[in-house]
Amino acid sequence: MAAGDLTVLQFSTQSTANLTAKVHPLVIFNICDCYVRRPDQAERVIGTLLGSVLPDGTVDIRNSYAVPHTESAEQVALDIEYHHNMLVSHQKVNPKEVIVGWYSTGLGVTGGSALIHDFYSREVPNPVHLTVDTGFRNGEGTIRAYVSVNLSLGDRQLAAQFQEIPLDLRMVEAERVGFDILKTMAADKLPTDLEGMEVTMQRLLALIDDIYKYVDDVVEGRVAADNSIGRFISDTVAALPKLTPPAFDKLVNDSLQDQLLLLYLSSITRTQLGLAEKLNTAAQIL
Amino acid sequence: MAASSTARSFLQVAATEEVVSPLRVVQIEGLVILKIIKHCKEFSPALVTGQLLGLDVGSVLEVTNCFPFPIREEDEEIEADGANYQLEMMRCLREVNVDNNTVGWYQSTILGSYQTVELIETFMNYQENIRRCVCIIYDPSRSNQGVLALKALKLSDSFMELYRANSFTGEKLREKNLSWVDIFEEIPIKVSNSALISAFMTELESDTPVTQCDYDRLQLSSNPYMERNMEFLIECMDDLSMEQQKFQYHYRNLSRQQAQQQSWLQKRRAENMARKAAGEEPLPEEDPANPIFKPIPEPSRLESFLITNQISNYCNQINGVAGQSFNRLYLMKALHDN
Repeated sequence: MAAGDLTVLQFSTQSTANLTAKVHPLVIFNICDCYVRRPDQAERVIGTLLGSVLPDGTVDIRNSYAVPHTESAEQVALDIEYHHNMLVSHQKVNPKEVIVGWYSTGLGVTGGSALIHDFYSREVPNPVHLTVDTGFRNGEGTIRAYVSVNLSLGDRQLAAQFQEIPLDLRMVEAERVGFDILKTMAADKLPTDLEGMEVTMQRLLALIDDIYKYVDDVVEGRVAADNSIGRFISDTVAALPKLTPPAFDKLVNDSLQDQLLLLYLSSITRTQLGLAEKLNTAAQIL
Repeated sequence: MAASSTARSFLQVAATEEVVSPLRVVQIEGLVILKIIKHCKEFSPALVTGQLLGLDVGSVLEVTNCFPFPIREEDEEIEADGANYQLEMMRCLREVNVDNNTVGWYQSTILGSYQTVELIETFMNYQENIRRCVCIIYDPSRSNQGVLALKALKLSDSFMELYRANSFTGEKLREKNLSWVDIFEEIPIKVSNSALISAFMTELESDTPVTQCDYDRLQLSSNPYMERNMEFLIECMDDLSMEQQKFQYHYRNLSRQQAQQQSWLQKRRAENMARKAAGEEPLPEEDPANPIFKPIPEPSRLESFLITNQISNYCNQINGVAGQSFNRLYLMKALHDN
């Protein structure tokens, strides 16, 4: 501590400035399932995250598996052989998925986590640590992602800090499956085509109603007009193709006729099948 | 006395077989559905398979986890590798308390063309070891239309008996009253999720009133899908007509053989009359060594049944998609009028 020689505590932030993580819904499902099935004496579950690093630097987390571990106040023991076995098995199916980090349930980052993070950073250069709060301690389920950042004082390495990185939780696939199925505890049956169509149309109707209400409100001065929304609405309405009524009718009727033709064809085929069946098995061998 | 009577009743109880309640519902966890979708979608258009794990409880088959199979190369050493992989995965999953029973397998398909002989053979293989197994078929090409095309299939019992006996003649089928509809049984699927997951999902769901699913469903262009369906349908009709021709050929052979038998019999009878007149021993009226008496095997009807199943599947799909298209077209019409 010579005078005039000020050392500054540095956070090295350049590499982690624009790192984001994207999590697929399957990972959350996996983690919750492992947590529900954990052995009785374990308080939390630890596991490996698999995925890939996209060209723009985002870490895409696509799959995960739990790793048995034992934890006590002073030390943490992870079953490394299990971890390697599972990794090899998973890579047999999908060689493109590599380790990108690890997860643990529970709200914060504990002392033991630093050791585990150390172990994972020996496997991957910059592992991502995902915490999933299954205890809902903040009144909501928080999912956070961290990377380890080195704190250095001058030239000396002091410690590593867990720094939070933004997490993208958009669930496009889950939406495809239908949130209704995934949200409730029991869904009695999968929706058929027509039921799904009905639900979609109802949603569309609700949207159109909302827009009507909004426009009415703006016209009557109840709500302040927002120009950008107005422009969106006018763009949408203008996106309907400008066809003259006869041309449009012709288009619709042609498509209708095509569909009817296909329906007719398939009905004929089924009748034919029924007939053929009767003939085939009814024929007696004399 | 009481002790011996209870002992007897215990023996009696142990001797009576448990009545197997018929499988009514397959209960799948959301986790399994997501895993299946992910695996099938990643490798589409290649067809992939995987194993289902779960529990068999009464009339409900619960599927709680699954794992995918690696793409199988046509190599002998990799066969043993595949078995090793399976054992390894089951062992590892056992350590984290996942249910370790195999209850079936899943596979992806293209446009519903899954009724093949291999499917039946796989079913028979599984059925030998497991009392109840189910096959889940997922069609990733239909998810582009916003439909979750997931089906649970099981072979019907009567069909399995026939298959084991390996006889698909018309006689047997008529006896059992089995037609092509009875080969596969479709079982309704129920979805269940643990409370933790449903809490998370309820919270994480983005509040948009419209989801990606809706965008997919409202797409107007269903033509490419219909075209492919029709192509497959036409191919199947060709296959079916080939099978019919095989039958016709068989019948023609059969009737020709019977005509030959009749003429031979008559000749024998005439000969016997001549011999009786001459006082010699009549020759037997049957001659098993003569090749015209050899029974011609009837071609198996299994293929035609399977093809018929596939055709009806395509027809159903066409009907479904056509129904959706009608909805969309009328919607467009209404919008345009406004």
